[in-house]
Amino acid sequence: MLTKRIIPCLDIKNGRTVKGINFLDLRDAGDPVELAKFYSENGADELVFLDISATEERRKTLADLVLKVAETINIPFTVGGGISSVEDVEILLNNGADKVSINSSAVKNPQLINDLASKFGSQCIVVAIDAKLIDGNWKVHLVGGKVPTALDLFDWAKQVEKRGAGEILFTSMDNDGTKNGFANKALKKLSTQLNIPIIASGGAGKIHHFTDAFNIGKADAALAASVFHFKEITISELKNELQIQGIPVRK
Amino acid sequence: MKIVIVNYGAGNIQSIKFALNRLGVEAILTDDETKIRSADKVIFPGVGEASSAMQKLKASGLDKVIPTLKQPVLGICLGMQLLCNTSEEGNTKGLGFFDVGVVKFSNSVKVPQIGWNQIQNLKSNLFEAVSENENMYLVHSYYAPLCKETIASSEYGLQYSSALQKDNFYGVQFHPEKSSTAGEQILKNFLNLTSNISNQIKR
Repeated sequence: MLTKRIIPCLDIKNGRTVKGINFLDLRDAGDPVELAKFYSENGADELVFLDISATEERRKTLADLVLKVAETINIPFTVGGGISSVEDVEILLNNGADKVSINSSAVKNPQLINDLASKFGSQCIVVAIDAKLIDGNWKVHLVGGKVPTALDLFDWAKQVEKRGAGEILFTSMDNDGTKNGFANKALKKLSTQLNIPIIASGGAGKIHHFTDAFNIGKADAALAASVFHFKEITISELKNELQIQGIPVRK
Repeated sequence: MKIVIVNYGAGNIQSIKFALNRLGVEAILTDDETKIRSADKVIFPGVGEASSAMQKLKASGLDKVIPTLKQPVLGICLGMQLLCNTSEEGNTKGLGFFDVGVVKFSNSVKVPQIGWNQIQNLKSNLFEAVSENENMYLVHSYYAPLCKETIASSEYGLQYSSALQKDNFYGVQFHPEKSSTAGEQILKNFLNLTSNISNQIKR
């Protein structure tokens, strides 16, 4: 039986991890490779690296980082942040990334999804969608959630699937950072209306939030950052509890 | 020991090279027939679309080389699928080594299957020291149905072949290079295979 995935997310700026890393037992908590190794050895099923740099050397720094991560860890990983062309993706995949995640560039140029899926295969194309509930409707937002669009989350998600994305990473901006749980209603609607895997993101605070994302939200995977980085939840205790709740996990 | 990874321009082959490096083994990426034939072990990887991968193999003549290799060969993911008779993906003929046709998962399950799933009914020395129901990482929309060459099965809406073996040819649908320590064990087992394969199928 396919297991539910637990995915720590690392924010990267200029080749270093940023935002809420508090690993006292790591020699250098800002080193993404060391952090990735820690997670891969401690039960993470997959990792996501989200590059938030704005420098001109960003591409090269990210490509170098991907190469180092691929050399080091023995689990799959996805790379996202500022990817906007077939060439960008080619470099990252050739350097050893398993999947890439695109977001704003897909909204600006939806054909990019088709182009990437036909060149590299759907299995390595993740489309990330950030959305916010406005007057009862989930609206897609861009640029890390700063810029609202007229796009409806569910319409966009269906289009993304049709264009060949292999997976959707859905972040609820209303839940992100609250530690009050994932957006389970929207997750469930996505998961039942679409036939590709859905990764839940935004709102993890307690172990039971993950249970709910799988049982109520019907998510295929759950992503979180700070609860793992600050060791509020360890992956092994999380998986123990999920297993007790009857949710299939890899241990 | 000389390990060759067949390089025919299909997808991410760095990962397998890196995984072998972590095991202390240097592998050569090549499409050169002489180098492939003289290797002790051949790894036939593949990520991407079946019909275009077959075209690339034909263009380089490797479609004639691979099925005639005598040393242990490990097809991974699309590599395994290409060793089969046919694939529904792009309706292409395969290399015809495994007597089974690759078909698409039905819509009763999410497609692609992405994630960790158990391998069961393990029947080969490839799985030495690997536990029944060990989790492996898989990413695929097409699968090989169960057949006489099945040496491991997995369940995703139905039971299908997650590994195949015939003579010196092994194929795995999962990615051992991305499947943590259990995957590394399978790679080690492959590297440890001798060319004498006569008694390696445990049935």
